[in-house]
Amino acid sequence: MLGIDDPQIWLAYVSCVVSALGCVVYGALNWKDGEEEQVVKSSTPRPAVQE
Amino acid sequence: MAVDTSTLIILVLVYLASIFYLARMGYRQSSQTDGYMLAGRKVHPAIMALSYGAAFISTSAIIGFGGVAASLGMGLLWLVFMNIFFGIFIAFVIFGPKTRRIGLNLGAVTFPEFLGRRFQSRFIQGFSGLLIGLFMPLYAGSVLIGAARFLETTLGINYNFALLIFTIIIASYVIKGGLLSVMYVDAFQGTLMFIGMAFLLIFTYVKLGGVVGAHQTLTDMAPLVPQSLVDIGHQGWTAMPSLGSPLWWTMFSTLFLGVGIGVLAQPQLAVRFMTVKDDRSLKRAVLVGGPFILMMAGVAYVVGALSNVYFYRTTGQIALEVAGGNTDLIMPAYLNSAMPELFVMFFMLSLLSAAMSTSGAQFHAMGTAIGHDFYQEGIKKGKSKDTTIHATRIGMAFSILFSVSLAYILPISIIARATAMFMGLCTSAFLPIYMGALFWKRITREGAVASLVVGSVGSLFWLTFVHAKEAIPLGICQAIFGKATLLSGTWPLVDPILIATPLAFLVAIVVSLATKPMPEKFLDKCYSLMPQDEDEDDFEPHAHTNADTASV
Repeated sequence: MLGIDDPQIWLAYVSCVVSALGCVVYGALNWKDGEEEQVVKSSTPRPAVQE
Repeated sequence: MAVDTSTLIILVLVYLASIFYLARMGYRQSSQTDGYMLAGRKVHPAIMALSYGAAFISTSAIIGFGGVAASLGMGLLWLVFMNIFFGIFIAFVIFGPKTRRIGLNLGAVTFPEFLGRRFQSRFIQGFSGLLIGLFMPLYAGSVLIGAARFLETTLGINYNFALLIFTIIIASYVIKGGLLSVMYVDAFQGTLMFIGMAFLLIFTYVKLGGVVGAHQTLTDMAPLVPQSLVDIGHQGWTAMPSLGSPLWWTMFSTLFLGVGIGVLAQPQLAVRFMTVKDDRSLKRAVLVGGPFILMMAGVAYVVGALSNVYFYRTTGQIALEVAGGNTDLIMPAYLNSAMPELFVMFFMLSLLSAAMSTSGAQFHAMGTAIGHDFYQEGIKKGKSKDTTIHATRIGMAFSILFSVSLAYILPISIIARATAMFMGLCTSAFLPIYMGALFWKRITREGAVASLVVGSVGSLFWLTFVHAKEAIPLGICQAIFGKATLLSGTWPLVDPILIATPLAFLVAIVVSLATKPMPEKFLDKCYSLMPQDEDEDDFEPHAHTNADTASV
């Protein structure tokens, strides 16, 4: 397949492309989907740690 | 690389002008602590993903690993798959959202502060900051050396001058503008890298007879593999090494121990999860992150392996022979002889971008670790009169000087191991408690402290006294005990990650189960979906001074 005889290699080649495409699809689905989850306040004072 | 130097210098000047413009844009928006340390927590997902990828991929990952693929073949593509799956998908979708949310709920602005506040321990924050401040300069030094050597060969300028000018340029916008400047510049540089690698792939396939044709020719070249490589298991550039052979073990351990797992606990990468405004932004960022890593590492490995076809056709020799056995010279040699001159110039900017973006991320992470985490929070217990930004700037200046000094002082044998040493140390020290912080509510402060200390000391001990690849060039074991490594047999071959990381996980679990769980109310606050403001009476006053919000 793809000029590569060893299945372990063409599988790696295909897996790379498929996983990158999977990332594109996953990202795109989340992109068009829904509202913002929450509004974040910048520089909000936060509690310090205890020691 | 032999290209028209005057044209290249003009291109570099235009490139630098663009960088300073973007850095200035970031600086003008970094008016508060969150802006300087965390880019304002509302960075666009695409910018976050490009910045994460560009910080992750350095020039040596393209030139060095491309050369390694030219020697070992396409089996390294499994590493690309691991990088995309763990380094992007798992990192952005599983680790990212919880890191962002807990970081926001507890007001953390750095990775050590995230750990420190999650475990309510200034020790963890200070110790982590010190660890990063002391050992990241080794890694930063190695990237600086790589960049300076690259500038020396491409622009024909003096090595020492190149090192100095490269450092000053990056330091100027990192110190002045903070993380937002760094991320804007990263996004620009990441785009250049993406375009450069895309053209490289297309040129290569077109030149060598298409995807299938090029691969088939490489497959047919298997009998040309040098005997020395055949003896250790090499079966051709489009075949995996024979099962259980030394080469197979090398590839296997690189896949799992190297970038695959180590990337999850890199402070300069993890902090970027806290720069976006919501969980969905992290999921959106996957759209850019996955293809970016494919185009960087994937293309470097494929083109590196295919360079054998080009060299065999044009010179009758395989890539390794053309480069005189030095894998680092294969990609530059291929670029110079196979690619059009204008593209070579553009590609040099892509490589310069790869080096600059990695260094910029390191400078920011080291500076915040030393100035804010170690000094302000660890030593001064949050009572420093300095603003966070001021302390961080001093920390950056100090750690950049330290990195440059190391780049001058340390022998090349140690610098060559610096990246692996730092990644290994981060994995053993941070991965167990970082995972515990995100996914295991039962982990306690005591468990985290013990794990952090055991993981870091264990890793440092193993690489100094047992693991031959570091112990021999360091020479500390030889000086103290009169022998190269304390243990013999197969032990000196076992990577520190394999020893120190499981040990640190074990210690975290055992000590946590033996100690009192953290307060339920605090854990609710950590994991809550919305930032809580009403429970602040339960804790000490805010650690960042009011002056933090002053304008930069």
